[in-house]
Amino acid sequence: MKKLLTGNEAIARGAYEAGVKFASAYPGTPSTEILENIATYKEDILAEWAPNEKVALEAVIGASIAGARAMASMKHVGVNVAADPLFTYAYTGVNGGMVLVTADEPGQHSSQNEQDNRNYAKFAKIAMLEPADSQEAKDMIKTAFTISEGFDTPVLVRMTTRVCHSKGIVECKDREEVGIKEYVKNVRKYVTVPANARVLRVKVEERLKKLQEFSNTTELNYIEWNSTKIGVIASGGCCNYAREVFGDSASYLKLGFTHPLPTEKIKEFCHKVEKVYVIEENDPYIEEQVRLLGFACSGKDLFPFCGELTPDVIRKAVYGKENPSIDYDADKVVPRPPTFCAGCPHRGFFYTLGKRKNILVSGDIGCYTLGFAEPYNAMDYNICMGASISAGHGAQQIFSMQKDSPMRVVAVLGDSTFFHTGVTSLLDVTYNQSNTITVILDNRITGMTGHQENPGSGYTLQGKETIQVDIEKLVRACGINQIRVINPNDLKAVEEALDWALSLNEPSVIITRWPCVLKKFSPQDKEEFKGSFTQRCAVDPEVCVGCRMCLKTGCPAVSFDKTGKKANIGLDCVGCEVCLQVCPKNAIHKEEA
Amino acid sequence: MVKSILLVGVGGQGTILASKLLTTGLMEAGYDVKMSEIHGMSQRGGSVSSQVRYGDKVEAPVIEVGGADILVSFEKMEAWRWLKYLKPTGKVVVNDYQINSMPILAGKFDYPDGILEELANKVPTTVVNAAKHATELGNPKVMNVILLGTIIKSMGLETIHWEKIIRDNVKPKFAELNLKALAVGMSLV
Repeated sequence: MKKLLTGNEAIARGAYEAGVKFASAYPGTPSTEILENIATYKEDILAEWAPNEKVALEAVIGASIAGARAMASMKHVGVNVAADPLFTYAYTGVNGGMVLVTADEPGQHSSQNEQDNRNYAKFAKIAMLEPADSQEAKDMIKTAFTISEGFDTPVLVRMTTRVCHSKGIVECKDREEVGIKEYVKNVRKYVTVPANARVLRVKVEERLKKLQEFSNTTELNYIEWNSTKIGVIASGGCCNYAREVFGDSASYLKLGFTHPLPTEKIKEFCHKVEKVYVIEENDPYIEEQVRLLGFACSGKDLFPFCGELTPDVIRKAVYGKENPSIDYDADKVVPRPPTFCAGCPHRGFFYTLGKRKNILVSGDIGCYTLGFAEPYNAMDYNICMGASISAGHGAQQIFSMQKDSPMRVVAVLGDSTFFHTGVTSLLDVTYNQSNTITVILDNRITGMTGHQENPGSGYTLQGKETIQVDIEKLVRACGINQIRVINPNDLKAVEEALDWALSLNEPSVIITRWPCVLKKFSPQDKEEFKGSFTQRCAVDPEVCVGCRMCLKTGCPAVSFDKTGKKANIGLDCVGCEVCLQVCPKNAIHKEEA
Repeated sequence: MVKSILLVGVGGQGTILASKLLTTGLMEAGYDVKMSEIHGMSQRGGSVSSQVRYGDKVEAPVIEVGGADILVSFEKMEAWRWLKYLKPTGKVVVNDYQINSMPILAGKFDYPDGILEELANKVPTTVVNAAKHATELGNPKVMNVILLGTIIKSMGLETIHWEKIIRDNVKPKFAELNLKALAVGMSLV
């Protein structure tokens, strides 16, 4: 049966067809939909959101040790979090097959960096596959499990944003029920005390040799002979881009199995073509191997290190110009940066926080990172998931060393980010007692990636009701004695909570509890937040003096009529009342939507 | 022969559903199809695009500069933003609909004047008022399917069984509304 699937949907389908029993992930663009789609195979696969990527990978490793085919998926930076278990499981090898899907982000569409996770395969000495489109994504997941079990190795499958989020036609097949392998206790294989690990270390090198042979013989790496004037070596989506540019005027060495690289095939190809182009996004991973084999080639000397190598980029690099296009003045276009939605619970908090002086706002990863931007200007930095609290702690310790420094740190992060790695960071604050103020923006869901359940939401990925972790109790258990829970839409409450926290000489936590405006309410939400988002605000033009104070809340529902010199509130308003509280003339009132 | 359709707009305007229906129809008509979208942070009111390519055999899922046969913009200024992706021989369908971005709302910039006129001076341009037609149909949200109708007509894809595609892919209670919207869109080009 043929289906039109995104790369992520195809990965999920591949996992289903491969007989996967267990899958775990933490959401992160562009990987999120992989596990969301696996979750739809409820009868066959147990799919779980984990609090973070390390935990997800460890759960998958456990499932593999117990004998099941198991898969983890995460965005590229998630693999940094999960690197510790990955490197050890690379030594022990598997029982049931184990595959880790990394979704890299050339172009940084939704990420803080552009790291090339192909380096992880080399670093951890494990096998790697790189699908170029949806059909390959599905097929390669199945092959990856065969390789994992055949060579006793975890397998890294490297996707990129374009492969994840592009659709293509996929031939779908039935599920192959592979069952669960017998679990046999084997301490020499799985207990990695140095005496065992040194033996495993040697095996890893032997395994690499076998994988090298496989790389040279597998059809995953193949040559397409056309003209031999130009030879293109590429993996993943780049090969399709190159075909758009060169067509039949070049031959292609298309690499699907990219760690270890097929040295013999590369030699065969390079000997027969006149000019070699290595086309790869991010690092010169393949190029370095080609050069090591003694062949001259054009790679990063010609193609950019940064961003995507889409056909226009390749065309420009090789031929000096893009295809002809319409000549026009593009400067007329005004930027359209992402913004907090109308009714976003982060607005009231950041509007208030941004007005404070002598504050360092230690940021984190989520929709609320937009608090750094105009009109709030309420964030100083963000590093990685969970770092708001720990980096904030470090900064506060330095400020506190300086007797004259008035600086205080406010660390801000979301509920899901707190569960991810914020909890351990908060332990650092309480254990070492800095007077850091931590604000947990609890919008009752994992927001930016598109509303995934988390340990605080009360539901599992596959829809089961579960324990709802109480953030306030968790914070108290971490050793925090000063806690306030507020509604972030109540600006006075936000002001008072900040005043209170700043007056303390010990760690404190403010929890802002209000749901994401886009959240589908659970029965508990309906009870707790009864009537929210059902009204709207409106401007009384008779009273409005056109002072534009309401525009400073940065709400997309609020605009200014320049001819009438009055503020106006659009129909997308859901009545959060932040603008109403800011208006100095009481010109904004509430009405039924 | 590969054709490229570029759908652009603002996060939340429904470009994703429009491109899903379009690509499903193209696949069922026997074409090879690839489609690319970027999700994530841009959904929060940012500029969004769906790139659809179809033909006998499609390699890249993305449309390059100067590569689109048609640019369909759900919002005026977005047409201007993405114009360089249009072939010099291509055409534009633009929705006469304005969404002010945050720098405009904040008073730092003015929404550019005269976009529709300037577009028409450069390329064959069809201006549609999808919001008006959607409101007349009783639901402003079907603006996206009206615009899908303009694509189908512009690209000569009327023979595909769109009624079946729509019935298979939207909730039954919205099927009739969407079918009407599609017909309206097709009549506008």
